[in-house]
Amino acid sequence: MFLGRVGLFIPCYIDQVYPRVGMATVRLLEKLGVSFEFPEDQTCCGQPQFNSGCFKDAAKLAGKMLRIFKDYDWVVCPSGSCTGMVREYYELLLERDKESDDFKHLVSHTFELCEFLIDILKVETIDGSFPHKVGLHQSCHGLRGLGLGVPSEQVLPGRIGKVRRLLESLRGIEIVNTGRSDECCGFGGTFSVFEGTVSSFIGRDRIKDYEQAGAEVIVSYDVSCLMHLDGLIRRDKKPLKVLHIAEVLDGAAS
Amino acid sequence: MKSHARLAAAFLKQEKRAHWHDQALWYVREKRDRMAASVPDWEALRETAQAIKRHALANLPRYLEEFEQNAAARGAIVHYALDPAEHNRIVLEVLKSKNARLVAKSKSMLSEECGLNEFLERNGVEVVETDLAERIIQLAGERPSHIVLPSIHIRKEEVGEIFHEHLGTEKGESDPTRLTRAARTHLREKFLAAQAGISGVNFAVAETGAVVICTNEGNADLGNSLPDLYIAVMGVEKVIPKTKDLGVFLRLLSRSATGQPISAYTSHLLGPRPGQEMHIVIVDNGRSEILQRERFYKAAFCIRCGACLNTCPVYRRSGGHSYNYVIPGPIGTILAMHRDLKKYKDMPYASTLCGSCTAVCPVKIDIHRQIVLWRNEVVEAGHLGRAKSAALKTATLGMKRTRLFRLGGWTVRKLLRSLPPFVFNNRLTIWGRSRDLPKMPAQSFRAEYRAHSKSKTNLSESGLNREGRS
Ligand code: SF4
Repeated sequence: MFLGRVGLFIPCYIDQVYPRVGMATVRLLEKLGVSFEFPEDQTCCGQPQFNSGCFKDAAKLAGKMLRIFKDYDWVVCPSGSCTGMVREYYELLLERDKESDDFKHLVSHTFELCEFLIDILKVETIDGSFPHKVGLHQSCHGLRGLGLGVPSEQVLPGRIGKVRRLLESLRGIEIVNTGRSDECCGFGGTFSVFEGTVSSFIGRDRIKDYEQAGAEVIVSYDVSCLMHLDGLIRRDKKPLKVLHIAEVLDGAAS
Repeated sequence: MKSHARLAAAFLKQEKRAHWHDQALWYVREKRDRMAASVPDWEALRETAQAIKRHALANLPRYLEEFEQNAAARGAIVHYALDPAEHNRIVLEVLKSKNARLVAKSKSMLSEECGLNEFLERNGVEVVETDLAERIIQLAGERPSHIVLPSIHIRKEEVGEIFHEHLGTEKGESDPTRLTRAARTHLREKFLAAQAGISGVNFAVAETGAVVICTNEGNADLGNSLPDLYIAVMGVEKVIPKTKDLGVFLRLLSRSATGQPISAYTSHLLGPRPGQEMHIVIVDNGRSEILQRERFYKAAFCIRCGACLNTCPVYRRSGGHSYNYVIPGPIGTILAMHRDLKKYKDMPYASTLCGSCTAVCPVKIDIHRQIVLWRNEVVEAGHLGRAKSAALKTATLGMKRTRLFRLGGWTVRKLLRSLPPFVFNNRLTIWGRSRDLPKMPAQSFRAEYRAHSKSKTNLSESGLNREGRS
């Protein structure tokens, strides 16, 4: 399949704190035969600023993103929430560019990694094995913002969701069902700092859900949620592990 | 005034109680899910409800007038009030004209918004809340912590104590049936003695002039039929064009609110009963301003079902009283901001922006989007606070320049790797108070990727990469 130019958008915290997730994404795309570029000029999509209400600051970063990625046919990002930022909210930030072709192109061609695999590359199964009990953490921004699944409060078909189907294609994997299938982890970007107590309380509840369901690993397409959950898991010295879905798919397929 | 973060932290200190609160509300949310799923085309029904609201509120003057004419033709006396002061004054005057000193009141969030009870009490009128949960709250001297389940934060043992003190039930009694029975006896006396009834309104039908009230206890029906004076109070947004529109809203309301197919009582009041005087007070209190704000007008569509509270992960873990506005939770947040941006500036930040509120809302208000837009209003008005603003400004500066960004990341990684973890994983840092920081990698992604690409090029140049993928 001819894709044209594919730009890899690596969110700032993956770049600086979770390079292993970025590298897993790189290897996964390479295995799938996707040629792509990583534009070195990129930094951050502006989500922390936007999320705090500093739209003017966020707009500067959104403008930078648009400049960097406008010439790519596809933009792929291993984060639901950063993808959601571009797709759902850039129109609030780049009001002047909103009608431009570049803007429309960026917004309609930025994809979260799993989405890109499933919807664009038409990957239905990954050949590999991951013999573990997995709790799939569907981050809210991916779930509701990008529509990677159908949230439990909505009455629509397709509840299983794309990501789960992809994971389920791995040999030996068991995806556990938690009582609350898609409860928020409580991270919420700057919420995790502004409201640290509530944020941690929600996170601990979520971890308990996964524990009770017998999960060994919590897998998500958003490392930000995982960073928060992992911080709690390690503080409480729990045996759970967290992995980004790219790490699972890459590891399983190797 | 304490911030939401502080009030919520205090709420969470009683961990068991907080879990119980969360689970009680989640139970309602799940009931709602089951009920919603039982209706064919639930999502389409929400669309329709929004369309009706949009139409009704875009033509508000016309429908209000139609409602007023039809209600008046059926014998009701209609008043308009611009703000709480006017609303309270009208109600008091009407009560005085009939010499009513005891009022049997049923649930109305509007009267909470207007501070009606306190106002009437100050003016020598005794107000008895007749909804069981509202009565508990009133006896406890508190304000509702939820718009549909006002005493959801109070446990039955505590109700027992309150009733023991005020209604003379036995000490230590916590059996819900016996407590309810005691409340019923107590309220019956009040109903019979009250000279006036006051209630809120769920829907006002323009076409017929009907006032529609949904309750589960039937208390509103006693209140609006027993006394010789009945006053209905409503916000302007309650008006809907036609009776058939109820076919949409009534199917949505109770299912969203409590997970019931319909409330136990749905009363359509078409004018006063013989021998009774009926008044309807229609209040604006900022609603028409909300309707004029492009980014925020949908907030006025709210039918006060409370579903967005039940689903909200933050509301469930912080309780209604942690929000300083009379209406708590997601909808409370986007309404409070119209009242006083500065006073309620922390409310929009009490959200993870998970978006579940928007997805449950029966009239499809874009709640979470409005919440983030309100954050922007707070920032633009200069209320974010110096420390937070400065931190974000610095971050932006660093991120605008790729080099600075790399340098910043390198410094932080270096620093955190060289320090022993107890330095940052402690009570003094906000993140580290309850969570460990991630372990810092030696290199950034971009550095690793560069090395990776280089080795790949080397490989292919030396002809070793024969896989030949393209
Ligand atoms: S905003 Fe929507 S969900 Fe929340 S109370 Fe109002 S109608 Fe119900």
